[in-house]
Amino acid sequence: MVAIDSPRTTTTDLRRRIASVPPAYWVLGILLLIIPAFASDFVMFQIMGWTFILGLIALSLMFLGGYGGMVSLAQMAFAGFAGYMVAIFGDSAISGISQGWPWWIVIPLALFLTVIFATAVGWLAVRTEGIYTIMITLAIAAAFFYFTRQNYELFNGFQGFNSVLPPELFGIDWRGPEAFYYLTMFWAVTGFGAVLYVSRAPFGLALQGVRDNPRRMAALGYNVTAHRVAAYAFAAVIAGIGGILLTWQSAQISPGTVGIQSAIDILVIAVIGGLRHPIGAFIGAFIFVLLKTFAVDVLIALGLGGERFQLLIGMGFLIIVFFSPDGLLGLWEKLKASRRRDPLTGGQR
Amino acid sequence: MKKTYLGTISALALMTTGGMAFADAHSGPLKVGILVTLEGTYAVPGEDGVRGIKLAMEQAGNMAGGREIELTTVSTDTTPDSAVRGARKLVEQDGVDIVIGPLSGSEGIAIRDYSKTQPDVTFINGISGAQEATYVDPSENFFRYNMEGAQWSAGLGDYVVNEKGYKTVATIGEDYSFIYTQVLGFAIGFCQAGGEITERFWVPLGTKDFGSIIASLPDDVDAIYLGLGGGDAVNFLNQYQQAGGEANLIGGTIMVDGTVLNSKGSAKDALIGVPSSGPQADTYDGEKWVAYVDAYKEMFPDGFPTPSLFATGYYNSTNAMLQCVEQVGGNLGEGQADFRDCLKNLQLDAPNGMITLDENRQAIGTNFITEVQEQPDGTLANNVVNVVDGVDQRLGLSKEAFDAIGLPSRDAPECKTSY
Repeated sequence: MVAIDSPRTTTTDLRRRIASVPPAYWVLGILLLIIPAFASDFVMFQIMGWTFILGLIALSLMFLGGYGGMVSLAQMAFAGFAGYMVAIFGDSAISGISQGWPWWIVIPLALFLTVIFATAVGWLAVRTEGIYTIMITLAIAAAFFYFTRQNYELFNGFQGFNSVLPPELFGIDWRGPEAFYYLTMFWAVTGFGAVLYVSRAPFGLALQGVRDNPRRMAALGYNVTAHRVAAYAFAAVIAGIGGILLTWQSAQISPGTVGIQSAIDILVIAVIGGLRHPIGAFIGAFIFVLLKTFAVDVLIALGLGGERFQLLIGMGFLIIVFFSPDGLLGLWEKLKASRRRDPLTGGQR
Repeated sequence: MKKTYLGTISALALMTTGGMAFADAHSGPLKVGILVTLEGTYAVPGEDGVRGIKLAMEQAGNMAGGREIELTTVSTDTTPDSAVRGARKLVEQDGVDIVIGPLSGSEGIAIRDYSKTQPDVTFINGISGAQEATYVDPSENFFRYNMEGAQWSAGLGDYVVNEKGYKTVATIGEDYSFIYTQVLGFAIGFCQAGGEITERFWVPLGTKDFGSIIASLPDDVDAIYLGLGGGDAVNFLNQYQQAGGEANLIGGTIMVDGTVLNSKGSAKDALIGVPSSGPQADTYDGEKWVAYVDAYKEMFPDGFPTPSLFATGYYNSTNAMLQCVEQVGGNLGEGQADFRDCLKNLQLDAPNGMITLDENRQAIGTNFITEVQEQPDGTLANNVVNVVDGVDQRLGLSKEAFDAIGLPSRDAPECKTSY
């Protein structure tokens, strides 16, 4: 784990920090960088690209749920909102609505509007606790889905927007497999680092305090509501980036993208990965993508009908949650703990 | 710590070999990918589509042009995202040469766009019926052997004016592109025959309460055109009957299909005598159709009583593929050029009439005008009252005239006596 922040950053400090990066990070980092050397286009664009994108959106949920104690089902709506904004202000095949503005206005504007939207939602949702937060955010996700499906003036209704492509920056086609792989990886790593950093910054620590005991934090002079709303705003930036990348990946955005099913998918990803650590979101996304993509093939390879592949996906999730309510990360922690314990005495080795 | 490294490295090694296995060669049996909806609302029609494919493959003995056909199926959930994802997997991961699918309208548009980025693969549409998929920016390697929403309405407008004597009509439709396209097809025929559409009502998909719509329906029209499907259609009919509605009705293609005709309760009785149209008719007595229905029933005793249009769509597409692979002797040719030439010029003798392709690789086919009739055993079925041959995508209009109408939408086309 990265060392706790010290007030000044000097060169020796930096060196110490680099040395303190755990070796697993180096291995993972190098592996991610060299994947394009041997992986097929499909693996890069579809499997990994989609993993990073869903991971980012799940990461925003993990941040709210894990550090803020607020499970929000509206994260997919925020992501979709950002995607819609890019389609509306930028370029798409629906020339009657899309404004065609340059990307350096469109993307910041889309993220800015997403943050405003999420702040408004957060401001409403933080007044509730537990299951009521889930209900209110689910209601917002559902309302957003139906709104996009029925609004034709702005969101182009059922059909949505197609041919929403990333800008050709530096002469690179950012939807090419390698370029898109690195693009999504960059944002996934940035999002991961940002969440990790914020979780140890004063704001993140205060947020975790609010999660554990809001009343005590209020007594200490922290504004509980403001911290929670700010958490929504921060999570919306991450979800928004994920949503824009998702829109570019499928080159389109339509109500189907922001449906209830997708909102629940994000929750499933976050839960099977584990809400303890930001990496859980990406692990969950990777497993989700693998199951979604190959479940039919597995069934057919076993000589069964491919139509029932949803059963396999569901069972996979069920098994993970059954053996470890904390998701795969929890399983990992359990394994580590059991190896550390002496089987005879039960004490630490 | 050492054990952790070992674990990491073995995981790495596993991933590397996995990555290697993904690179696949193009040899051996002919690989064909199937894109079909097996989840969500359209899972049941999707399964029937798979039956259509299985039937066609069975009849050909899984062989064409001396090569064995190897099918790979991917499920979509009717969203364009899932269709493109599925197609990507088939093409880039499984290395298929031909893709058959997808099922729903907006998926078809997304696959058309995707097909442009994969010039070495041929895409044959399953049953998706959006007009834009072949009419706007058509793709060289996207072929569609089924007619779309507007073509499925061809002949209906003319029939209700001349045979039924309906001169003024109000329309109620679900608010999305397929119904717009259906209304367009109906309106062009209806208005040209001298009819007049007085009002158009649009309701969101999945509407439960039609009270306000029923209250605002005009009394002075001869008939009401219903572009509703499934549960919406049943709900509307129930509430319309309770409200004492007695107007004549005209049905869109999905208004009078099996789901509604076989529904419980008395709501469907309002449908007796209702004219409608579509690319197939259950009680059609054409020789090929009867043989097809018999083969379907024999192979799938627990399928539908008669094949749905989803089964027929996939069945026809698979047959087109098989016939052309046969014709080129299993060798698809340089960049699949020979195979595509064959597809373009194919005269597909389908159970639901002869199908040829136009310059956009869109089907020109046969449309059936039907009327709902009570069978001796008390069930309802569609009876063929008229067959329209050679229905093209522009519904007989010139390209200029058809382009001038614009894409189907809530208020396009205008109702005019000539276009």
